[in-house]
Amino acid sequence: MVEDGFRKKADAAPIVELSGVISLIGRFPALAGLDLTINDGEIVVLRGPNGAGKTTLLRLCAGLAPLNDGVGRIMDLDLGDRVQRRRIRRQAGMLSQQTFLYDELTVEENLQFWATANRADPEAIEPVLDRLDLGRRLRTVKVSGLSTGQRRRASLAVMVCRRPKLWLLDEPHAGLDRAGRDFVDDLVGHAVRFGATVLIASHDVERAEELATRTVQMAGGRVLVDTNTRGESDRQEDLDAS
Amino acid sequence: MLRDAWLMAVKDLRIEFATRVVTGQILPFGALVLILFGFSISPDLTVVGTDRRSMLAQAAPGLFWVTVLLAALLALGRAFAVESADGNLDALKMAGLDPAGIFLGKVAAVAVQLLLLEVVLGLGAFLLYATPLHDPVMLLTTVILATAGITAAGTLYAALASGLRVRDTLVPLLVLPVLAPVLLAAGLATQAAVFGSADNGWLWTALLGVFALIYLAVGMLAFGLIMEES
Repeated sequence: MVEDGFRKKADAAPIVELSGVISLIGRFPALAGLDLTINDGEIVVLRGPNGAGKTTLLRLCAGLAPLNDGVGRIMDLDLGDRVQRRRIRRQAGMLSQQTFLYDELTVEENLQFWATANRADPEAIEPVLDRLDLGRRLRTVKVSGLSTGQRRRASLAVMVCRRPKLWLLDEPHAGLDRAGRDFVDDLVGHAVRFGATVLIASHDVERAEELATRTVQMAGGRVLVDTNTRGESDRQEDLDAS
Repeated sequence: MLRDAWLMAVKDLRIEFATRVVTGQILPFGALVLILFGFSISPDLTVVGTDRRSMLAQAAPGLFWVTVLLAALLALGRAFAVESADGNLDALKMAGLDPAGIFLGKVAAVAVQLLLLEVVLGLGAFLLYATPLHDPVMLLTTVILATAGITAAGTLYAALASGLRVRDTLVPLLVLPVLAPVLLAAGLATQAAVFGSADNGWLWTALLGVFALIYLAVGMLAFGLIMEES
């Protein structure tokens, strides 16, 4: 199903266009001349060792990490322009190692706050809570009282309420049981069928590649290998050269 | 902007209601400071040139505002600790809330908590230091304007330090010198309100108002930039 969605959008406009991008964390170039283009409706999995720049790439696409050099356009908006970067942030949704939730509030209070803050439809909250199995016992539980997997699901619930055009998922399967991981995969497929584009950084290679329409191997803040699901390598750079 | 301010203020007050940090920790801290000030100045000492007014009562306005400033530092640190935890500042950026609205919401939430503290600590000061009350309207005006100034300036500097690892020690270093004019003006205005002294208390309250307006305006303009750099 996801594959069909991808094929339909094969000629779609690029959602992510990065050329020679450098992004510094302090003085360290977390992205060091990265080139990447992602088209509408793709599910791209980022692979690479720790420190390869996967999380920084996701944060850059969310408009959170700085664009210090190069050209970056997300959803046809310029990452280098402060006003346009704010518009990018509103249209991107990010699931990261951090939950983006207030520990002191209940699941329901968190969802109500973030849905209102994101100008999401308040009526979307109830079905999302039910769909993520947060509707009965857990809705009145403070986030500080949730397990890691339950927190992950609560973060996902906020993201689903936002209905972002660009989904940026950093280790979305981490901390989830098998059912939870299956659920994330279903959610990603569903999002793409409804017009979203998905970028996933994951160490759960098998599961992530089942989802992917493309796999991008990163190291040293650059793209090394860019492969579509049929295993054809579009670009290979010499590891030593990077 | 006002919608975003309301949303932030209600959220922050809801977090305070859930955790009760102000009522359970900051308020007892303030009460302890007031009591310790009472121990440090003998109630038998009187001020020359007054009708046997005790030194403690004479110093009460200044002691009260120093206590409020110390309590405010804790409340301000807390206001940004909840945003630094778990990347919530990033989530606020992604939600596209108006930065001026976020600033005003934070100021409003801290101000409500601080006003609650001031009411309780003020009653404590009147009882402990046996302070009279000459002009309640001036006192109320002073409390409101000083609170606005403390929270506006404090929120701005607490936000500046929020992204730093040393924020807990940096915030007092940044905020206390900036709030020195508020301490001076609020102390003298309160003195005029409680003793009916010759000083024109309304001039000092006007200064408090100007200070609050300046920092509210600067905060609303600068908060977006501060959030970007955090």
